Amino acid sequence: MRRTVRIKDHWGEQRLFVGRTIFFGIAAAVLMLVVLGRLFVLQVLRHEYYADLSQGNRVRREALPPDRGLIYDRDGKVMAENTPAYQLELIPEQVADVPGTLRRLAAVGLIEPEQVAPLERLIRTGRKFEAVPLRLSLSDEAIATFAVRQYEFPGVEIQTRLARWYPYGTAGAHALGYVAAISEDDLRRIDPDQYAGSLLIGKIGLESAYEQELHGTAGYRQVLVNAQGRRVERLGSAAVKLDTRQPRAGNDLFLGLDMRVQRVAEEALAGRRGAVVAIEPDTGNVVALVSVPTFDPNKFTRGISGREFATLRDDIDRPLFNRALRGTYPPGSTVKPMMALAGLEYAVIDPNALRYCHGYFTLPGSSRHYRDWKKEGHGAVDMRKAIATSCDVYFYGLAELLGIDRINNAMTALGFGRGTGLDIGGERPGLMPTPAWKMETYKQAWYPGETVIVGIGQGYLLATPMQLAHAAAIIAARGRNVRPRLVTGVRDAATGTLRKLAPVFDAPVELKDPANWDVVIEGMERVTEAGGTAVVATRGAPYRIAAKTGTAQVFSLGQNEKYSEQNVSERLRDHALFIAFAPADAPRLAVAVLVENGGHGSSAAAPVARRVFDAYLLGKYDAAPVPVPVPVPVPVPVPAGE
Amino acid sequence: MLYEESQSSATRRTLTASALLLRRLHLDGPLLASLAAVVAFGLFVLYSAAGENLGLWLNQVERLALALVAMLVLAQVPPPWLRRASPLLYGAGIVLLVAVAVHGTVGNGAQRWLDLRIVRFQPSEIMKLGVPMMCAWYVHERPLPPSLRDALVLLLIIAVPAWLIARQPDLGTALLVASAGVLVVLLAGLSTIVIVLGLAALGGAVPVAWHFMHAYQRQRVLMFLDPAQDPLGAGYHSIQSQIAIGSGGVFGKGWMNGSQAQLEFLPERSTDFIFAVIGEELGLLGQLFLVGLYLTVIGRALYLASEAQDTYARLVCGSFALTFFVYAFVNTGMVSGILPVVGVPLPLVSYGGTAMVTLLASFGVLMSLNRHRKLVGA
Repeated sequence: MRRTVRIKDHWGEQRLFVGRTIFFGIAAAVLMLVVLGRLFVLQVLRHEYYADLSQGNRVRREALPPDRGLIYDRDGKVMAENTPAYQLELIPEQVADVPGTLRRLAAVGLIEPEQVAPLERLIRTGRKFEAVPLRLSLSDEAIATFAVRQYEFPGVEIQTRLARWYPYGTAGAHALGYVAAISEDDLRRIDPDQYAGSLLIGKIGLESAYEQELHGTAGYRQVLVNAQGRRVERLGSAAVKLDTRQPRAGNDLFLGLDMRVQRVAEEALAGRRGAVVAIEPDTGNVVALVSVPTFDPNKFTRGISGREFATLRDDIDRPLFNRALRGTYPPGSTVKPMMALAGLEYAVIDPNALRYCHGYFTLPGSSRHYRDWKKEGHGAVDMRKAIATSCDVYFYGLAELLGIDRINNAMTALGFGRGTGLDIGGERPGLMPTPAWKMETYKQAWYPGETVIVGIGQGYLLATPMQLAHAAAIIAARGRNVRPRLVTGVRDAATGTLRKLAPVFDAPVELKDPANWDVVIEGMERVTEAGGTAVVATRGAPYRIAAKTGTAQVFSLGQNEKYSEQNVSERLRDHALFIAFAPADAPRLAVAVLVENGGHGSSAAAPVARRVFDAYLLGKYDAAPVPVPVPVPVPVPVPAGE
Repeated sequence: MLYEESQSSATRRTLTASALLLRRLHLDGPLLASLAAVVAFGLFVLYSAAGENLGLWLNQVERLALALVAMLVLAQVPPPWLRRASPLLYGAGIVLLVAVAVHGTVGNGAQRWLDLRIVRFQPSEIMKLGVPMMCAWYVHERPLPPSLRDALVLLLIIAVPAWLIARQPDLGTALLVASAGVLVVLLAGLSTIVIVLGLAALGGAVPVAWHFMHAYQRQRVLMFLDPAQDPLGAGYHSIQSQIAIGSGGVFGKGWMNGSQAQLEFLPERSTDFIFAVIGEELGLLGQLFLVGLYLTVIGRALYLASEAQDTYARLVCGSFALTFFVYAFVNTGMVSGILPVVGVPLPLVSYGGTAMVTLLASFGVLMSLNRHRKLVGA
C-alpha cells in the first residue's frame, strides 16, 4: 500500500525537492554574497585603516638614546663626559635555572646577595627574550672574575653602554650634581618618548638644571616584531620599509668655573665642613663653588648600591648637602659693611664721627648688656675702624639707629632673604627677618633687642655662602648687581657653534652718594691691614684685599656666661665666616668662605680665601697640582666613606 | 554516447579512458575536479600558514590521502547498503557519544575524543554523516512532505546527538550536525508554516540556550557583538583576523608574506582562521577564487542531488552539499567578523584531519548515491 503511494508521488516529490534545492542554492549564493560584501568592505573600503593597524602591530619603535652633552670648565677641561661602562645582563630564555644562576653569581660576588630576590622577581615579570641588567657597572676585577667563569653562566653576558663619567671625581661635585637612574617622579615630568632609551637623568646641580640642553633629542629605529614582541628579521620581498631617525646629541656646557681654583679651595677646606663661593663681580661667573665634605658623583651614574647611598645619606658630615647653596648660617660680622652702607644711605650716622666702645651696649631703658667680642672694648671708633676691628658695640648702636625696616630694605637690596638667581637653582633663600615675619611665624611682636643683634648678623638673620659672596660682589662692583652663573656658553651639538651667554644684571644697588661705597670699601681694606681682624691671613699678598671676618654663634650664651672653645663640643663651636674681594681697587673676584664650627673667621676662614685669591689672581695652584684627567674606561668604585 | 563518437584521436581516447575510469569508480568528474582544486589550494595556503612547520603540512597531506581513500571506498558502496546502514551508523554514533560523555579524554579543554588505543577520534564526526543519513532514511520510508508527527520524530533524531555534542562542549560541530539534519527535513519539503513556527520557537529558545551556555561560549557571543570590548582577550581573535583580511587589500601581501599570519598576531592561523591568512596574503582575489571553488562544489553537488534517483539519495546528497555550504559560510562569516567565533573549520583547507576525512567521506557517499545508476546514461 505504501509502495503505491510512493510510486504515485515520485514525480511530485522530485519536483518538491528540486524546488527546495533551487531555493537553498539561491539562499546559499546570497549568503556567500553577504560574506563577499563584508570582504569588500574590509579589503577595499577600509583597507588603509587595517593596513595601518597591521603595520602598527608588527613595527615597533626602538628608541635610540642621544649622547649626553659634555661639561667643560673655563679652560676647556672636561668635567663630565660619557665613557663606556660594562653592564652584566641576563637573558631569561637562555637560562635554564634563573634562581640558581643568580645565587651562583652572588656567590662569586658579581651581584649582591640581597639583590637575588628582587632580580628574580624582575626577571619573572619581564619578557623571556629581553636582557635584564643585573649590575650597571663592572670593575676590571669583576670583569675578570666573570670572564674566567663565563662558561658556568650561559645566558649571562657583558654589554657595553655609555655612562656618565666625572673625571675629577669628588671635585666640583656640588656644582656638577650627578645623573642617576630615572625615577618615578622624573617620569611624571619628562616626555617619555625623549627618554625611552635613556637610563639616566640629571638629578641635582648642573646636570639637573641644564637637563634640557644636555639630554639632546632621542632618535628611533623601527624594528619588525612578532606577536610576542620579539624582534624578527624579514628579508627579500617581505622586508618592510623601516624608518630610522638618528638621535641628536645634547649640547655641551662651558662653565665659568675654574677647576684649578676649585681644587685649591676644596683642598684648603679639606677635613673640615664648609663652603667657598667665588664670583667674578664683572660677569657673575662662579669661579669656584665648594661644599665639603663632598661625594663622588660617579657612584650615582653607575648604579649606587643601597648600602653606599645609606652611608652617604647618614654620614654625620652630610656630604650630599650643598652647604654653599642650601646651608643657611647666621652671617655674623660679615654683615657689618652692609649695615654701614645702610647707615650711610639713610644718613643716620656720620662715618667720621667717633663712637665710644667700652665693651658692651645697652638699649635705653634696659639693663641688658649686648657684649662686644672684645671684653674691654675698642675705645673710640669711627665707621672705618669699626669695620676693621669688627666693633660690635658700634653696629649695635647703628642697628638701633636704623631700625629693622631700613635694615630690611638695605639687606634685601643686597640679596638677603632670597635666592641669588644662580642658574643651577637649588638655593635656599636664607632669612631676612622683619616684624611682620615674626608675627606670622611666632605670633609675637618684634623686640628692639632683636634689631640690635641683627646689626652684628646674629638673631634670626640667616644667609647662604652664595648670598654672602653675591653681596660681596655687589659691594666690589659698587652697586652693580650681576646674577651669579655657572654656565657661560652652550655649544650646539649639531652645528658646533658656541653660543656665549651674556651676563645678566639685576636691579643695581644705587646710593644717593656713591662716595659712600669708598667709606665701606676702605673699612674693608683696613680689615687686612695692621690693626684689622684679618691681617695675619693676608700678610704678604701682592694685591690688596677688602674683606670682613665673621664669627657666628651656633650656641647661645647666657647673660653672664663666657664662650670657651674648650668647654663647647666641637659641633657647637662658632662658625667661621669670611667675605672678601680683591684686588681692592679693581676687584676681579669676590669670595665667601664658611667653615662650620671653625671658630674665628680670621683664623679658620680667611686663609682659605687667601689661597683662592692666590690661585685665581696669581696662578698659584702649587698646593694642589691639577693632574691631567685620564678617563678610565671602567672606574674602580671609590670605597665608601672617602 | 561519449565513447561512441570519440575514438578518432589519442586525446579523445585518453578522455574517454579517464571518463570510463571515473565511471567505473563511480566518481563524478566535475565534482572531483573542483574538490581537488579546493584541496590543492588549501595545501598551498596551509604551507604558508604553517610557517616553518613543515611537519604540520606533511601531516595534513597524510590525512588528505586517508580522506581520499575514505571517499573512494565509500563511492564504491552500493546505495542500498548505505541506506540500510544509516540507522546502524546513527545508533553506533549515539552509543559512542554517550561513551565519550562517560569515558572520553579531554583535549583542548573539551571532552570530545574517544581513545580506541589505535586511533583517537571524535564520535561527533560520525554524526555529521549519521544524522542526515538517518533523517533521510526515516523520510525515505514515508510520503513527502513529512507530516507534523514525522517532523517531531525527526527533530528528536537531530536533537539528541546535537545536545550530546553541544555539552562536550563543541558548539561548532553541534551546529553542523544539527544543520545537516535540519537541511534534510527542509529539503524533504517540510511545510513553510511549520518552518516559520520552528523559527519562532528557535527565537524563543535563545534565552534558554544562553542560560545553558558555557562561560566561554557566552564570552564569544558577547565578543562578537562588541570585539573592541576586550581587544587583548576574547575579542583578540576577531580583531586580528579582520586586521589580517583588511590589510591584505585586493591583491594581498603575497604568499608567505602576511605579517599578521607570519608574525603570529593571527591566532589559530592554520586551523579555524586560515581564511584570514588567504585574505592577507592573497587578497580579495584569493578569497574570491576559493569562494568560487566552493560555490562550484556546492552547485555541482546540488545538481547531482537533484539528479538522484530516489528520495534517500536526493536528501542525503542535498544535505551534504548544503552542509558543506554551512561550513564555508560560518567559517568565512566568523573570520570576517559577521558571525560570532565558533569552532568551524574552513572546509578542506583548515589544518585538521578529522574534518577533512568526514567531508571527503560525505562526498564519497554523495558520489556513490549518484553514480550507481540502474539506467545507463547513454
